[in-house]
Amino acid sequence: MSVSAKHITIINTGCANISSVRFAFERLGANVTVTDDVNTIAKASRVILPGVGSAPAAMKSIKAKQLLECIKNLEQPVLGVCLGMQLMVTSSEENDLGNAKSTPCLNLIPGEVKRMRVGDLRLPHMGWNQVSSVKANPLFAGIEDGAHFYFVHSFAVDNYQYTLAQCDYGSTFSAAIHKDNFFGVQFHPERSSDAGAQLLTNFLNI
Amino acid sequence: MLARRIIPCLDVRDGLVVKGVKFRNHEIIGEIVPLAQKYAQAGADELVFYDITASSDQRVVDKSWVSKIAQVIDIPFCVAGGIKTVEDAGLILEMGADKISVNSPALANPELITALYNTFGQQCVVIGIDSFFNDETNTYDVYQFTGDESRTQKTQWHTRDWVKEVQSRGAGEIVLNCMNQDGVRQGYDIEQLAAIREVCHVPLIASGGAGEMQHFADVFKQADVDGALAASVFHKSVIDIQELKTFLRQQNIAMRG
Repeated sequence: MSVSAKHITIINTGCANISSVRFAFERLGANVTVTDDVNTIAKASRVILPGVGSAPAAMKSIKAKQLLECIKNLEQPVLGVCLGMQLMVTSSEENDLGNAKSTPCLNLIPGEVKRMRVGDLRLPHMGWNQVSSVKANPLFAGIEDGAHFYFVHSFAVDNYQYTLAQCDYGSTFSAAIHKDNFFGVQFHPERSSDAGAQLLTNFLNI
Repeated sequence: MLARRIIPCLDVRDGLVVKGVKFRNHEIIGEIVPLAQKYAQAGADELVFYDITASSDQRVVDKSWVSKIAQVIDIPFCVAGGIKTVEDAGLILEMGADKISVNSPALANPELITALYNTFGQQCVVIGIDSFFNDETNTYDVYQFTGDESRTQKTQWHTRDWVKEVQSRGAGEIVLNCMNQDGVRQGYDIEQLAAIREVCHVPLIASGGAGEMQHFADVFKQADVDGALAASVFHKSVIDIQELKTFLRQQNIAMRG
């Protein structure tokens, strides 16, 4: 299906890495709006919650921009990317260096972000790893089982009832999660070559 | 399984890709954006752009090309050169870079590493280290300002100690450039990389010395590095990335398709 007429709205959370997501959708021919305006976001047909950064910094910025209620009330398809996915759950163990308290997140999907337990492997989990869907879903339509996606993270959501796709690094974790209109991916589809472009196209067609 | 990464490195000077031997005698390789696109299409897993003049002439890296690269390529890339503050890093990440790499400014101000960690998260923070083996003292020493030969100088740090220090301050990845090997295509410094691997608990990228496909197999197998960075063998088409990946896969080294 063509995505040329599709429109996507990226929430400007005030953290970095908005551009790479915007460019990825532009390469697909979508019209892109980047905004922190509550009314624009509320009226959008599809919304991206981007991420790179730390959970405490991102939540602080979302609160400062008074976006909290707006995001919670969205009923259209929303895709959280990397940190954006982690912000979708209830809380995250990630905090400033030396602060052991967990960071409250948006609670759009139940769940907890924990520091990955990887044994002798290195953290962050950085690079291209294989992703497998655990249930049939439109987000991974046409994507080969075991396709490589680009990951950069040290925190993750365990596999649980809202897991859509999984990845293995030391132990299995949620590569993608879903509840109602909220989708989240732990990897960076905007930096995952052809498989990533297919996933973003699928999101535009949901 | 997590794939090992093949990372072409593009040294940038005055908006063009250049390459020198042992950090000297830079020759022009070509335009940044077409080269970035070429490597992404050829199967590179990631790209690194070093503005090799930036730190040494007190300039911030000329950023206009960062956004142009982000528009056309769909693999991750890292930008290095003259990033001295959280604000410098933020601008580059906003333009679409996935990671920023800090070298000399981290040596001048190690607290910068933690500030970057707290603002952008560990995954963005790459520390580049230029390490030179001194055969008189039998030590690996960290050098700074290596982009400009006239200002290149040895620091107080032994490489192993600096690797530990940057991790404790929040580094998310380390690129270890072994200066003795740089540009001469005689193979990566396996001995040094294996020794550093023992104390490096974040991803470690080998840099300096790739000359043939077997060098990549050796560094992945013998030094257990997460990625291998190379420039001249790719720029001069000595090695084709797809052939390299097939070769490494045949030796049971995990590669992306």
